[in-house]
Amino acid sequence: MYSEKVMDHFNNPRNVGALEDANGIGHVGNSTCGDIMKIYVKIEDDIIKDISFKTFGCGAAVATSSMATEMVKGKTVREALKLSNKAVAEALDGLPPAKMHCSVLAEEGIKAAIEDYFKRQGIDPAAVLKE
Amino acid sequence: MTRIVYADNAATTSLSRHALEEMMPYLTKEYGNPSTVYSLGRSAKKAMENARAKIASALGCRPDEIFITSGGTEADNWAIRSAAIMKKDKGKHIISTVLEHHAVLHTLKSLEKAGYEVTYLGVDSAGNISLDELKNTIRQDTILITVIAASNEIGTIMPIAEIGALAREKGILFHTDAVQAVGHIPVNTEEMKIDLLSLSAHKFKGPKGIGALYIKKGLRLPSNMYGGAQERGLRSGTENVAGIVGMAAALEEAVSNMDNNIKKISAMRDRLIDGLLKIPYTRLTGDPVNRLPGSASFVFECIEGESMVLLLDQAGICASSGSACSSGSLDPSHVLLAIGLPHEVAHGSLRLSLNEDNTEEDVDYILEKLPPIISRLRDMSPLWEEKISGKPIK
Ligand SMILES: Cc1ncc(COP(=O)(O)O)c(C=O)c1O
Ligand code: FES
Repeated sequence: MYSEKVMDHFNNPRNVGALEDANGIGHVGNSTCGDIMKIYVKIEDDIIKDISFKTFGCGAAVATSSMATEMVKGKTVREALKLSNKAVAEALDGLPPAKMHCSVLAEEGIKAAIEDYFKRQGIDPAAVLKE
Repeated sequence: MTRIVYADNAATTSLSRHALEEMMPYLTKEYGNPSTVYSLGRSAKKAMENARAKIASALGCRPDEIFITSGGTEADNWAIRSAAIMKKDKGKHIISTVLEHHAVLHTLKSLEKAGYEVTYLGVDSAGNISLDELKNTIRQDTILITVIAASNEIGTIMPIAEIGALAREKGILFHTDAVQAVGHIPVNTEEMKIDLLSLSAHKFKGPKGIGALYIKKGLRLPSNMYGGAQERGLRSGTENVAGIVGMAAALEEAVSNMDNNIKKISAMRDRLIDGLLKIPYTRLTGDPVNRLPGSASFVFECIEGESMVLLLDQAGICASSGSACSSGSLDPSHVLLAIGLPHEVAHGSLRLSLNEDNTEEDVDYILEKLPPIISRLRDMSPLWEEKISGKPIK
């Protein structure tokens, strides 16, 4: 039921684990099935220098976390905030319909981590996110 | 090539060689329609009646009490719906349990919509019901008790003989979904005072898509299928002769080897359970003793079942999970919630189910491959981090 790309990212997840020197951490949960995701970012000069994740969830949750972190690594904060769950799912050659909600978590996790970074910098994240 | 260890025998089993050999003639040269009068048809009919007799003998009932169905689901639907219709003048109250398979549960839900009332008996943390509670639940208008003989998810065996005796004493129909029990543990319709019993061939090394409903003699159950009046008018349609022959051959084989199988399989199961319970934050689900010989079901905290199943598959091991993420509905299995597991713990469900085809080497292989998979998933789980550091994540 999963594409080969999903299975590849599930079996060999990129950017997995905690990031020691993270300056933003997003922690999101999913009420649909109860999975939990944690995204760590290290932002320097407005660039996502490094990113990693931890996930308690299904194969699609792991694969979308892996793909999403790969897609925003090295990008500007502004670009990262534009990442949609649809784009992540497409990059994985699609997800079964019942598993689309897992990709939402990856998108939300990255947003939450960036938001946390802004808060730590004393910047109101709402203002940045609105732009 | 990676080795394959099939440990999902509660989902389905491989076809017995013996059953296949018995079926072959009816898939090839013996293609006659059993309802015809010429010899080709008569020999198919004879094979079918011979098969019915074998099934009856395995259950301790009469051949004319066995009605062929397309499997466990059809038998459950037929038994419960028909019993409800047949007894509706006496009342509309049905008693069941929270452990039932969807084939029973969804049939009961449809009856609830049609004005019937169903009481679902709860279970303790090992999946056992209370007979006292059952007694207290029986009312004047109770028309049917339907209880799974053994749980497909957690393996706990229900007190079928005691329930049967109670139902008979009170004059209430008793149906059991014995799909996981028949061919694996002793089942006797006479001694257990069962009125209706569902079974399915593919759970005991018979072919898929074939099963039976035992209907106690004298019960005038309404027809399940109208047409050419096969199965004594109760379930019309040209019979799946090869399937029936295969089911009977597999059941006969399972019953004649049952004592040895139980010994061999439960020894492997216990070694598997003992080995896996060494993993920290692991619980056995279901009753530790009173369980199906092949059933080893667990929850591993802080990880998710579908991920486990996918990684096990990479290692060539077939298993299943009742986690929310592995179900189409995205809800954890109702059985895991019924035994009192919180949602996030039910997330880590894994069911390994063995049968006589498994070997001690299979158990060794699972014991070697599964613990690193659990560690790997825990290493990437934010909940595990919280659990071992003692600090909440936020
Ligand atoms: C307890 C139980 N009841 C009913 C069924 C349904 O049987 P079948 O697959 O033959 O329709 C199964 C198996 O899937 C089962 O385990
Ligand atoms: S994390 Fe539960 S379905 Fe994907």
